[in-house]
Amino acid sequence: MSEQALLGLADDELVLGWRDSEWTGIAPLLEEDVAFSSIAQNEIGHARAVYELLAGADGDADALAFDRKPEEYRCAPLVELHLLEWAHTIARRWLYEVADEIRITALKDDSDSAVAGLAAKIDREEAYHRMHAEMWHDRLRDEPRFRKAVEELWPYAVGMLPEELRPELAVRTGLDLPSNTVLQGRQRGSHTEELAPLWEEMTMVRRSAPAGAQW
Amino acid sequence: MSSSPHSNVFEVFRKEKRGSAFEHAGSVVAPDADFAETWAREQYGRRGESVALWLVPRDAIRDVEDWADEFGLKYRRVDGYSIKARLKEARERAGTAGPG
Repeated sequence: MSEQALLGLADDELVLGWRDSEWTGIAPLLEEDVAFSSIAQNEIGHARAVYELLAGADGDADALAFDRKPEEYRCAPLVELHLLEWAHTIARRWLYEVADEIRITALKDDSDSAVAGLAAKIDREEAYHRMHAEMWHDRLRDEPRFRKAVEELWPYAVGMLPEELRPELAVRTGLDLPSNTVLQGRQRGSHTEELAPLWEEMTMVRRSAPAGAQW
Repeated sequence: MSSSPHSNVFEVFRKEKRGSAFEHAGSVVAPDADFAETWAREQYGRRGESVALWLVPRDAIRDVEDWADEFGLKYRRVDGYSIKARLKEARERAGTAGPG
């Protein structure tokens, strides 16, 4: 897999971890608050592992994660959306996990053994994220609010994947979607207006600290 | 969902390490066993503090909390039978010193 694609994976996990962390303390149920925050933290952990792999032994993973300009991030527009509404948040989480599983499965067969090994490690933790997402999906799949959210987010979800993997997402989600535009997504590399404010907040401490500060 | 006020409560027992006994850890409120498992995994397992969990619907638990002791059968209880004085007497008879 190309470095750009790996960076896309890391940026997806970082930004989604950040977005989902916005629910900490205000999720609709106490138990879900703990679980959702924990999953968000795991995603940021996955991002760190990929940044470290990309940065190499002497590199600086933090610089990779925080010192780029917003337009240089490779995350998919799906993860940038500011969704403080539970139906959309859970719909995104579910769509993300289904798409991520397709991506990670492909990555486990990568010709670079370090990449394949990390993908396998990430996948073992993602199994619990999928369990969480599927549980919500099973419960909400027939709720009009949830269905509407899934339909709205579909173009974003499909845009997470390279074109050759998109049909698989349509199959795995089992959604009954209008056929002609189904695989046209919001392209990775293009950004929503919501990324810049998130970047401001996410990199604030890093930018305010003198270079080389230790935490 | 049934009408019991506790039908959505799952009691969580956790095993800290292999070979140790399950101990009550707390509870989760969840609409079904799948939600209970997902939430309990995060609340009672994400820091590696458990090697196994039991989830038990509270409604499956039989409460036993009333005890009759009308005749004051104190000697049946561990705190009702003082061995200290008897031990002292026995030591004196045997001529051995007590500990400290």
